[in-house]
Amino acid sequence: MLQKVVRSTIIDAPIERVWAVLRDFNSHDQWHAVVEQSRIDGNERSDQVGCVRSFTLKDGNRIREQLLTLDDREHKSTYCIVEATVPLQRYVATVTLKPVTEGNRTFWHWESTFATPPGMERELREMVATGVYEAGFENLRRHLRVGADLRASGSQPLPTALPVAARRVVVARYGGAEVLQPEHAETAAPGPGEVRIRQRAIGVNYFDVYLRKGWMPSMLPLQGGPAVLGMEAAGTVLDVGAGVMGLMPGDRVAYVGPAPGSYCSLRCVPAAWVVPLPAAVEFDTAAALLLKGLTADILLRDLGHVRPGTRVLLHAAAGGVGLLVAAWASALGATVIGTASSDSKARIARDHGCRHVIVSSDYRFADGMQSLCGGADLIIDGLGEAAREENYKALAPCGHWVSLGQASGALAPIDPDWLVQKSASFSRPVVFAYLHSAAALAERCERLWAALASGHIKKPLVERYSLDAAAQAHARLESRLSVGSLILVT
Amino acid sequence: MIKVYVSTVIDASADNVWQRIRDFNALPQWHPAIADSRIENNDACDRVGCIRHFHTRDGGMIRERLLGLSDYDFSCTYEILESPMGVDNYVATMKLTPVTDGNRSFAEWSAEFECAEGRERELTETIGSGVFQGGFDALKRHFGRR
Repeated sequence: MLQKVVRSTIIDAPIERVWAVLRDFNSHDQWHAVVEQSRIDGNERSDQVGCVRSFTLKDGNRIREQLLTLDDREHKSTYCIVEATVPLQRYVATVTLKPVTEGNRTFWHWESTFATPPGMERELREMVATGVYEAGFENLRRHLRVGADLRASGSQPLPTALPVAARRVVVARYGGAEVLQPEHAETAAPGPGEVRIRQRAIGVNYFDVYLRKGWMPSMLPLQGGPAVLGMEAAGTVLDVGAGVMGLMPGDRVAYVGPAPGSYCSLRCVPAAWVVPLPAAVEFDTAAALLLKGLTADILLRDLGHVRPGTRVLLHAAAGGVGLLVAAWASALGATVIGTASSDSKARIARDHGCRHVIVSSDYRFADGMQSLCGGADLIIDGLGEAAREENYKALAPCGHWVSLGQASGALAPIDPDWLVQKSASFSRPVVFAYLHSAAALAERCERLWAALASGHIKKPLVERYSLDAAAQAHARLESRLSVGSLILVT
Repeated sequence: MIKVYVSTVIDASADNVWQRIRDFNALPQWHPAIADSRIENNDACDRVGCIRHFHTRDGGMIRERLLGLSDYDFSCTYEILESPMGVDNYVATMKLTPVTDGNRSFAEWSAEFECAEGRERELTETIGSGVFQGGFDALKRHFGRR
């Protein structure tokens, strides 16, 4: 005899918000505590009727379910089990949402029919009703609450999207690390084409230091009031504005963008900046890796044309970008000579692929470079003015000097007649110029995730600071004592 | 075609709420806007096809025919035959669904109709807020008291 289970509840959130989570057939590993991990078979989309989700439960059971109905008008989803290690037979379930117009809430009805082996009827009914449906109600409530989108019972109806309280770190005047001040803020609802992201990890880059010092006031103007630093972060989508396709609340994402503002807990950014995160990439890793890894990709591919045998002189080889470039370039067959300020950093840089590391605290490396491999085909320079002459001396004929940063001070103008003596080229790239479209960003990110998965680059070494301690993170970065990437966590 | 949809949650089991609203002739007993009601031709009030003839408290006369009644789905569908509201092809459904989480019920009341151009908003307001939500408020007050 077929068993039937029906459970229903009222969720104190608008139907659009609840449906945004439930219509995604692959979202349950993010909100339902019994689900360990889920994926859609065969690269199909999670809203494609007929798609199959394969998932594991926390208790080790494995289930594959097929989407039979998805109806955005009726807010209804029907699915069946096609294969499972639990003895639920002919299991067909339907989730239906209806709006509770009084109070802008949601009625959620979840029912199923199934057969069981003899004697297991009661046990399995109980498991489905309590362990899956009732627990699911509570878990979804918690999921929405984490997204700060569930109101206290008895409170006023909620419009579909509200400003949400957030924490941010502002710069009110240019200066040292101490100008970074945490404060409370509000993040407005996402506008058309925007995604509101609950940020979990934020990447700290040396570029942020330049902006903080006021070296590029046009990028961080303060006339209109305090500004927020930060070019990248990773987290989950809270909600999306009109016209945004392919991103759903709860999605794990990361972003990089040409406008600063990521030193905060919650931010709206254009959807074109946002990339989905593979399940294997953690938020910390993404925040530590994204901008620096994309920088490495541009340096090695677009600018350096690195091939087997290319001689690379890599400054700050134990820094965030340095370790990535060292590993990736050596995986491509290059000979990488690094510079670092201490023996311990040199050891880490060698571990990440540097053939040799020149330890120097006074920017002396040109002779070493020449004697080790006869000059550099590619210099990746974050040192700036103090190392100007040494870099020139270290260049091989027809070499390419890429100035990525200027930690010791802004480079004085480069005289073309000076370059001509070595037939050298000089580049001053802006990473965002290479990330001009969503497609370009997606393509580079795929290469980055693939390099991480294949071990061509290692999971980055990370030093973590709380968002409120951004000033300490900056002080640490400028002290030249840090190793690998710094991130802020919320 | 204009659609009106109103829903709420009532703190009583669907069985209990259904007992109160199932009777097609019982509007004056539970809806505050209705003054009196009778079933035409001495029909039973749960005979599908029967017609209720009632007056609102402001004096309007309305005749409605029962089109569907389900004790299984806790639902009732009816149409307006005659009314002063100026609606055509008016069909409405009232439906209860148990909320298993707590001894509550989810109540829906919806209607589809046609009307003269320009009156849509006014009628949607009258029917949605006045008739439907007004009825739900009375049910919630009734079951909240007990």
